[in-house]
Amino acid sequence: MDLDLRVTAKEPAADGIVTLTLQDRHRRRLPDWESGAHIDVVLPGGLTRQYSLCGDRWDAHSYRIGVLREPDGRGGSAHIHDRLAVGDPVGLGGPRNNFRLTPSPRYLFIAGGIGITPILPMLRDAEILGADWELLYGGRGPSSMAFLDELGRYGDRVTVQTSGLLDLQAWLGRAGAATTVYCCGPAPLLRAVQELCTGRLRTERFTAEPLPGAARDLPFDLELRRSKTTLTVRPGQSILQAVTGAGIGVLSSCAQGLCGTCETTVLDGVPDHRDALLDDDERATGDRMFICVSRSRSPRLVVDL
Amino acid sequence: MKALDADPFSHETLDDPWPMHETLREAGPVVHLSRYDVYAMARYAQVHAALVDWQSFPSAAGVGLSNFRYEKPWRPPSLLLETDPPGRDAPRAVLSAVVGPRALRRLRQEWHAAAADLVDHLLAGTGGEVELDAVTALAEAFPLRVFPDAVGIPREGRENLLPYGDHLFNAFGPANDLVRNGQERAGELTAWVNAQCRREVLAPDGFGAAIWAAADRGDLTVEQAPLVVRSLLSAGVDTTVHGLAAVLYAFATHPAQWERLRHSPELARVAFDEAVRWQSPVQTFFRTADRDVLIGDVTVPSGAKILMFLAAANRDPRRWRDPARFDLGRDPSGHVGFGMGLHQCVGQHVARLEAEALLTALAARVRRIELAGRPVPHHNNTLRAWKSLPVHLALD
Ligand SMILES: Cc1cc2nc3c(=O)[nH]c(=O)nc-3n(C[C@H](O)[C@H](O)[C@H](O)COP(=O)(O)OP(=O)(O)OC[C@H]3O[C@@H](n4cnc5c(N)ncnc54)[C@H](O)[C@@H]3O)c2cc1C
Ligand code: HEM
Repeated sequence: MDLDLRVTAKEPAADGIVTLTLQDRHRRRLPDWESGAHIDVVLPGGLTRQYSLCGDRWDAHSYRIGVLREPDGRGGSAHIHDRLAVGDPVGLGGPRNNFRLTPSPRYLFIAGGIGITPILPMLRDAEILGADWELLYGGRGPSSMAFLDELGRYGDRVTVQTSGLLDLQAWLGRAGAATTVYCCGPAPLLRAVQELCTGRLRTERFTAEPLPGAARDLPFDLELRRSKTTLTVRPGQSILQAVTGAGIGVLSSCAQGLCGTCETTVLDGVPDHRDALLDDDERATGDRMFICVSRSRSPRLVVDL
Repeated sequence: MKALDADPFSHETLDDPWPMHETLREAGPVVHLSRYDVYAMARYAQVHAALVDWQSFPSAAGVGLSNFRYEKPWRPPSLLLETDPPGRDAPRAVLSAVVGPRALRRLRQEWHAAAADLVDHLLAGTGGEVELDAVTALAEAFPLRVFPDAVGIPREGRENLLPYGDHLFNAFGPANDLVRNGQERAGELTAWVNAQCRREVLAPDGFGAAIWAAADRGDLTVEQAPLVVRSLLSAGVDTTVHGLAAVLYAFATHPAQWERLRHSPELARVAFDEAVRWQSPVQTFFRTADRDVLIGDVTVPSGAKILMFLAAANRDPRRWRDPARFDLGRDPSGHVGFGMGLHQCVGQHVARLEAEALLTALAARVRRIELAGRPVPHHNNTLRAWKSLPVHLALD
């Protein structure tokens, strides 16, 4: 079951920020996620960018992301802002999570600008878990800050600062040993928080190592070395489907890149990882992959099957 | 919707559950079991969909008959099995990493060697033929040899693991004689298990210590750590024992399939999953309707318990061709014997590695395996289990 993800809504959320809603074309469930998770969005042409999920995990059929236009970037966010339209398909990788909400009696969330995205779903979790929490959300003016309306319902747990530098010294000084600090935002904010925070701190930065080349939306050759067979995997078809279709048995289970059952050793070529399991280092190593969702970046991929 | 008087937990059913599964499956997508006033699903499509839909069918009201909305749980609920998001996120993330494929890589060689050693010892000096009880000599002996070591619990008292798990899995059912018989030792066994979850008693390089290390990093609280260790000791022993018993029973009754494994030992993993599909060591789990949920034209009311027949789904002819056949040529992928979705078995890679190791070791030395007497089932409210499986092994 290869998901066919489409943009089903695109709305301005603040100056320079749009939110996108992504759904399967057949309204199938999307892979589950937890607060702090991000997905890889594969744009037409194969450009891949990461975006934090900022929607509602109780809604199994939609992902929501918030995207800031990056004027100095290499075009990912500009493409999303200027070209991507409702109805367009996008590829999916993940969800993966390097910014998990860990249990704590008290949280201090610090968000700078677009860094609010992964934190937004954490607030609801903190409420459900009965934790004591506060959010400090800084930006360059109310018109450039997304989700202010949604934050309204949390009342005075949320402090919005629309100009000037955040008084981190005071906030972190008050935090106390039982507080876990979560921070996401621009590099200078993260640096300042890292310097000043003496307690437990978790951060997320919105920069990733560039991926080797573009994701392929063309067919690729798949050599199954042990079976002495080469197959062609078409766009829209998973490696798993191609392999089992050729009568070669591979055990799998969830078919969503979540459970890890179909782990396969890569002998040659560059996999296009779309699973929720491998971290960045393991992805870069490229010696194993989950063939229910992952594909190939190189025209030829050789696996141990 | 049909209402049925069937009793999934009677000795008669536990002895031979398959006819009742067929009745339930054919009665409709969802049925009512009047004896316990619960709903039940036995078809693959509905069971799969409901397992995945944690939003409509949460687990925090318990995955047994007892409804934690109204009744006090007999032990502090599991932080994984009996907890919904967001509370379960952190424990699940930690345990997934601790027993995940990456962590198991370093155990692979060791477990394969341990299996070869166990088999060599069993067969040593027996000549060309040997008779043994596959439950005690293999299905119990192997996991009990490698798993508690991997968790890092002391040797003392390990004989408590199986009776504890047996009672735990009985307790998901009604308070029948199986539960009553277990109650006598429940306090003592629980106390022993809880004592093994403490940081001080766990070996420094095991899964248990890795869970405590996660608490030191702040990924768990120190209150949660022992409960996460408990999950391993509760869910990781009896399940694999009966999973291994299932695959050994399968081969002992399907000689052609054993031939096939001997010829292609790399089929061991498929063989194990096919046996898990075919016998479903974990037969059932409950869910609770979060609100009124419409299934087909039936409304399952909010708060109602729903019994998911994993075992019946795994033999649904709508999904599987010739489902009652154990067949290494089949692709068992997608079976729900390990569950599906958010709560899908976090230990499935552990179970598969144990099975692969044991089957590989046996296939290397045993030419033929067949029943040497009548298999004796062991009744449990949740598990499909054997008390003994007398087998005859012919060696190379
Ligand atoms: C885990 C994660 C979560 C994220 N979540 C979000 C989110 O929720 N919302 C959001 O808007 N963004 C998020 N991002 C950032 C997002 O993935 C993109 O990086 C962003 O949209 C900009 O993309 P781009 O192609 O326009 O710019 P990019 O080309 O990615 O450029 C981004 C930055 O890198 C610099 N840069 C450009 N080219 C180079 C180069 N060759 N070498 C070094 N630096 C260079 C640019 O100056 C710019 O500041 C996230 C990133 C990560 C890793
Ligand atoms: C053949 C062996 C096994 C079988 C058939 C099995 C079956 C299952 C099933 C069906 C579930 C899902 C429960 C639900 O949906 O409510 C489950 C969950 C679980 N299993 Fe297993 N299991 C096996 C082995 C193991 C092992 C070896 C471990 C430990 C290493 C383990 C630990 C767990 C845990 C902790 C959960 C709860 C997961 C959660 O709720 O997130 N299991 N198992």
